[in-house]
Amino acid sequence: MTENYVGRRVKRTEDPRLIRGLAHYVDDIALPNTLHVAFVRSYYAHAKINGIDTSAALAVPGVVAVYTGKDVADKIGPVPCAGALPDLKVPDHRVLAKNKVYFVGHPVVAIVAKDRYAARDAADLVVVDYEDLPAVTDVEAAAAGGPVIHDGFSDNIAYKLTSGEGDVDAAFAAADRTVKQRVLHKRLAPIAMEPRGVLARYYPGEQELTIWSSTQIPHLMRTQVAIMIGMPENKLRVITPEVGGGFGSKLNVYSEEALLGWISMQLGKPVKWIETRRENIQATIHGRGQVGDIEVAFKNDGTLLGLRYTVFADMGAYHQLLTPAIPTLTGLMLSGAYKIPAIQMNITACFTNKMATDAYRGAGRPEATYIVERALDLVALELGVDPTEVRRMNFPAANEFPFHTATGLDYDSGDYEAALNKAQQIIDYTSLREEQKKAREEGRLIGIGVSTYVEICALGPSQAMPAGGWESATVRIEPTGKVTVLTGASPHGQGQETSFAQIAADELGVDLNDVAVIHGDTGIVQYGIGTFGSRATAVGGTAVYVAIQKLKEKAHKIATHMLKADASRVSFEGGKYSRQAAAAASATGTSEPVVPVAEAPAAALPEPQTEGKTSLTIQEIALAAHIAKDLPPDTEPGLSATYFFEPKNFTFPFGTHICVVEIDRETGDIKFLRYVAVDDCGKVINPMLVDGQVHGGIVQSIGQAMYEEVVYDDSGQLLTGTLMDYAVPRASHVPDFELDRTETPSPVNPLGVKGVGEAGTIGATPAVVGAIVDALAPFGVKHMDMPIKPENVWRIISHG
Amino acid sequence: MKKAINLNVNGVSHTDEVEPRMLLVHYLRDVLELTGTHVGCETSLCGACTVMFDGQAVKSCTVFAVQADGSSITTIEGLATNGELHPVQEGFWEKHGLQCGYCTPGMIVTAAQLLERNADPSREEICHGLEGNLCRCTGYQHIIEAVQYAAAKKAGHG
Repeated sequence: MTENYVGRRVKRTEDPRLIRGLAHYVDDIALPNTLHVAFVRSYYAHAKINGIDTSAALAVPGVVAVYTGKDVADKIGPVPCAGALPDLKVPDHRVLAKNKVYFVGHPVVAIVAKDRYAARDAADLVVVDYEDLPAVTDVEAAAAGGPVIHDGFSDNIAYKLTSGEGDVDAAFAAADRTVKQRVLHKRLAPIAMEPRGVLARYYPGEQELTIWSSTQIPHLMRTQVAIMIGMPENKLRVITPEVGGGFGSKLNVYSEEALLGWISMQLGKPVKWIETRRENIQATIHGRGQVGDIEVAFKNDGTLLGLRYTVFADMGAYHQLLTPAIPTLTGLMLSGAYKIPAIQMNITACFTNKMATDAYRGAGRPEATYIVERALDLVALELGVDPTEVRRMNFPAANEFPFHTATGLDYDSGDYEAALNKAQQIIDYTSLREEQKKAREEGRLIGIGVSTYVEICALGPSQAMPAGGWESATVRIEPTGKVTVLTGASPHGQGQETSFAQIAADELGVDLNDVAVIHGDTGIVQYGIGTFGSRATAVGGTAVYVAIQKLKEKAHKIATHMLKADASRVSFEGGKYSRQAAAAASATGTSEPVVPVAEAPAAALPEPQTEGKTSLTIQEIALAAHIAKDLPPDTEPGLSATYFFEPKNFTFPFGTHICVVEIDRETGDIKFLRYVAVDDCGKVINPMLVDGQVHGGIVQSIGQAMYEEVVYDDSGQLLTGTLMDYAVPRASHVPDFELDRTETPSPVNPLGVKGVGEAGTIGATPAVVGAIVDALAPFGVKHMDMPIKPENVWRIISHG
Repeated sequence: MKKAINLNVNGVSHTDEVEPRMLLVHYLRDVLELTGTHVGCETSLCGACTVMFDGQAVKSCTVFAVQADGSSITTIEGLATNGELHPVQEGFWEKHGLQCGYCTPGMIVTAAQLLERNADPSREEICHGLEGNLCRCTGYQHIIEAVQYAAAKKAGHG
């Protein structure tokens, strides 16, 4: 008898290959005669290219070819941007710079050589004659005027957009009080541990191109690269082997992916490029990059009336795939977990001489949560009440869902107060506040930060997405009874080879080890959208679930035929279709053991033994469906089903995070005392995986709150170009987390799941910042900008 | 001008002629095809390339292959013995100490060496021992638990 897997802590089926060092990431794939590509990249933020001398590079032994922007300008189409906004300015973004460079790291020349050392040697010998131009680095200054980055545009404003519902001006006019705060969201580098990498192989005879790329979106990338290089899409195969983290940075179509494919076609040989970490920080998308003012209108009793966020969003020099869309996601989530009748967001999105911003874990939503949660803390301070009080009183009640927000969304389900109550109970909030009071009297600086977040996940309905928001699955049972699940999602660490197998094993009543989940190969898997926006389980997992229901309809039909019974008398349970006895309670109808598939003769399919049976396993039915000698009339042979699931709405996970810190008066050092997170991501498939997602997300939040910041100087030079300067949290930087959950199923999909990939990054930042600010309340501190380093804290303590 | 080196990797002796500037990690990956050792930053900061070098956890991205002449190296592929996972490998699987898996080989080798130095490390000592290894996925808590699991297992309490 098979067990139930869904809801249980099941160890990952991915892990054996990974812990033994036997998995294959892009750079681990070795093809004979592979050529290696290195790039010459701009070290100027903004400069005119007056000439390029590649002669010395070409003379390096082993160098095969050198390509400049002029060589490829009319061969490879522009890098795509999927953002569709009114009056959006889209610069012509080519895979190599042609006349000008626009940011440090902008690729200028591609060198192809027989080994990577020779390619790098040659790159150093290319002479580019640059004429330095003034760099635009400050997003507000970029909006105000000054030098215009892109020829043909009148200014640096990519777009302006006002969004929201309700009469915000009236709300502010009617308010007893208002608060206003300027808030910075610094640029962050996603830093997937595996940098990007591309391997391309063209077979001139077959005219087939295969690209292995470390991407989150194999099918979308295939479509876009096919367009860019003029390759028939059905001759282009994209494979994502093992992918070492993405966090949104690989939810993109990059210059190098198209260029490597094209170079392989020119040379007829495999070509490989593996990003260095320096290139990764220069030329893989950044996240965040907003400077804004938040204003809140409220009554003396704490009731929220209106919220306005006026923001300058830093696009960088070019749009990557979703660059302009990210600030609009901030606008969608500005109601947070609260009833706010009037909300307005005014975006001014500007070009600067920096790398493009785009989706980094949370993608616009962490900004929204941070703004709203900081605002609620300021409201609480203004009213002199506890931050939990002002939150609680503005929550929509559990019976008010679906809840319509003034940002135009309908939150699917929720019980925000239950999560807050649980978190408060776990941390014993009342006593904690008393302890804090006592500690303050002793001169200790203890702070408590609270975040009651809601996020938007399971992106999403196609209507709300630039290029399809559905996900696909094919489920088939092979003649030997093994189950193959082909998912259009593209997991890269989330563990869906396990969690999707859990769903399939339960629904089919088979052993987990009989299920293989295959993903990330456009040559094998039906078209899919990919893994991002906490969507894979809610959308892709649902596609698996529904495909199985379709498959079972057919299996039921075959079972009915084979068992020679009425359809209504055949039921499915525990992996078996059984014929119910006409009389009551006949317990004798058990099946013989399953067809011994492991010992099946290799030369032919075994014959299913069905004579005299009252039940058949679904695996026996699969065999019969393939042998196809005795199927019901008008039944297709084989046992497989495909389903493309289109969700009707997003899902809205939520939760409460409470963070407690203590600050060292002498050094400004910030120490975590406790961290409690109660998250509600709907129904849980595998609690172990959910915990892992929450932990990782919180630590990226801690990184943003306390360590991370991509810094460009005034000339546009990147100052944080290595991991020496860009501080990613290490083991000693983080506390032990106390996790718990509430479980409010989503009505949007039959699994009831919501998504959890980004919860930590969205929910935790305000809790951490809130705790530090609260610790410094005795110094009159009401807000601090991230990252909050001991130095900033020390200055406040020392100088007031 | 290539130089001959002789070293023992995962119990097997190798003799090869290498460029003096070839990095140890490239020798392991490109010449010996042991691709379990990863490159994450090329500057000794992330630890993905950590291997055991004469019993010490060393970042192979900043060691030349010629420096490893005469040495004994253990990579992630060599940690399991007779198909049996090393207790740290087992701990990572058991405690969900990995997600994307890219930092994992370096993390496991570092943790294995940490336990050889200190059979019963405190949480703080584990964190300190893993300072040179970055993980962007797990938030470290499950990695710490994995090391604790391995310590208990090695001590016979597993």
